[in-house]
Amino acid sequence: MTQSGDSGAQQKSAIAPVILLHPDDNILVCVKQFHPGDEISIDGENIISEIDIAVGHKIARTALSAGDKVYRYGAPIGSMTEAVAKGAHVHMHNMKSDYIPSHTRTRQNKDRSES
Amino acid sequence: MNNNVSFNGWLRADGRKGIRNVIVVAYLVECAHHVTRRIVNLVDDMDVHLIGFPGCYPNQYAYDMMRAVCTHPNVGGALLVSLGCESMNREKLLRDILATNRPAELLVIQETGGTKATIDAGIAAVARLQSEAAKVARVPMYLNELIVGTICGGSDGTSGISANPAVGRCFDALVAADAVCIFEETGELIGCETIMADRAITPELGEEIEACVAKAEHYYRVMGFGSFAPGNADGGLTTLEEKSMGAYSKSGSSPISGLIKPGDIPPAGGLYLLDVVPDGEPRFGFPNISDNAEIIELIACGSHVILFTTGRGSVVGSAISPVIKVCANPETYRRLAGDMDVNAGRILEGEATLDEVGEEILQNVIAVASGKRSVSEDLGHQEFILTYKAFEPIGPSCLPVRQMA
Repeated sequence: MTQSGDSGAQQKSAIAPVILLHPDDNILVCVKQFHPGDEISIDGENIISEIDIAVGHKIARTALSAGDKVYRYGAPIGSMTEAVAKGAHVHMHNMKSDYIPSHTRTRQNKDRSES
Repeated sequence: MNNNVSFNGWLRADGRKGIRNVIVVAYLVECAHHVTRRIVNLVDDMDVHLIGFPGCYPNQYAYDMMRAVCTHPNVGGALLVSLGCESMNREKLLRDILATNRPAELLVIQETGGTKATIDAGIAAVARLQSEAAKVARVPMYLNELIVGTICGGSDGTSGISANPAVGRCFDALVAADAVCIFEETGELIGCETIMADRAITPELGEEIEACVAKAEHYYRVMGFGSFAPGNADGGLTTLEEKSMGAYSKSGSSPISGLIKPGDIPPAGGLYLLDVVPDGEPRFGFPNISDNAEIIELIACGSHVILFTTGRGSVVGSAISPVIKVCANPETYRRLAGDMDVNAGRILEGEATLDEVGEEILQNVIAVASGKRSVSEDLGHQEFILTYKAFEPIGPSCLPVRQMA
């Protein structure tokens, strides 16, 4: 597990704008800011980003359905709450924890969906 | 790894060695905080640190932590400042510190004549402690005598890709050199319990690790919040288990030699997990209200140096032990370069490998152990926080190394 996160970042090469951390993952991590209109290459297919996506954020590697487990580092990190297309931003608005709900500055206790 | 790396340490009477010779000035209740802070500010020496406990009610954990940090090998002397009516057992604390052959003094504000008289007396006491501490022998110190703790703060989606696995590489090198490495944040290891248990050196220790993470999950559920800050979400992390997987990579790939609690000193070189979540039903609120509460627990376990990874950009340091900042996110590094020791964001920009950054972190550890100020230390960061908690002693399966010894 510990080593699996390294595969994408280990090679010294030109900046890969998105990286795959583990072959089983269904999300990719952005290591460069994306703007609307930017092209993102996912497994050889080019997708046009429709929104800003910041460094450290995730996009869907494939189309995902509500209830699908999300995999990062080859391990489950939560579940989708709605379906998204390949290349979509995967974050608080469409996925949730399978353990303890996350909070933000605006989404505190009472508004959180209990998992 | 060159096992002959050595630096000059301060030899303490208990045989442990320190990489700093700090004088701590400790308030024993919030009511003594101002007087204590004035003493430290007026002395104005980078190696005189303000620490303290704010509570008036008794707490065994707080006492044990104060004793552990006042007798830490980086500490050359201690001045205790009491108001006079609080619960902390000041005479016992003073005796416990003196029993380690450290110079220590106690001032009770109510008996010393109030604010001004105690500040004056405190400044004079610190001067005496400094001159005593200066007499401590310097001796060669080796990596196998070093204890290094790690923590992440202000994590984002890059932490688990760059800075955390790079610290893991550094930990692997240190463990190979028979140093002690400690990772913690059991509330941020929720989701990693099974894979972590598989790395334990005995099956019984593995069960203890799983139970300890289950305890953390229960505790945070009762609190109503996981260990997940809004900034984590801003930085692309969506769930606690996602944050956990990234945090976990700080531990590297060595076997886990033991499970300890705050104040337990690991008995031999190796990788240890520090359980920071209180035992029993939740009583005093969140396990650790902010990063420095965890840092001070790592220090109470003997950590000489702390490796602090950050994505969003934490600026904190610590009293007693230097903090080395490893920045995960290249954009954060550009904004906060003056607060960072290592730019692990270079990994994401294709300018360095994990192994290279891991080696750079290790070289920073050796340099700081040899006396170089870390960036946060040089900026004067000396944060310290200690709050109420309750712990049971560790179970018999938690330290297989000690049983074998």
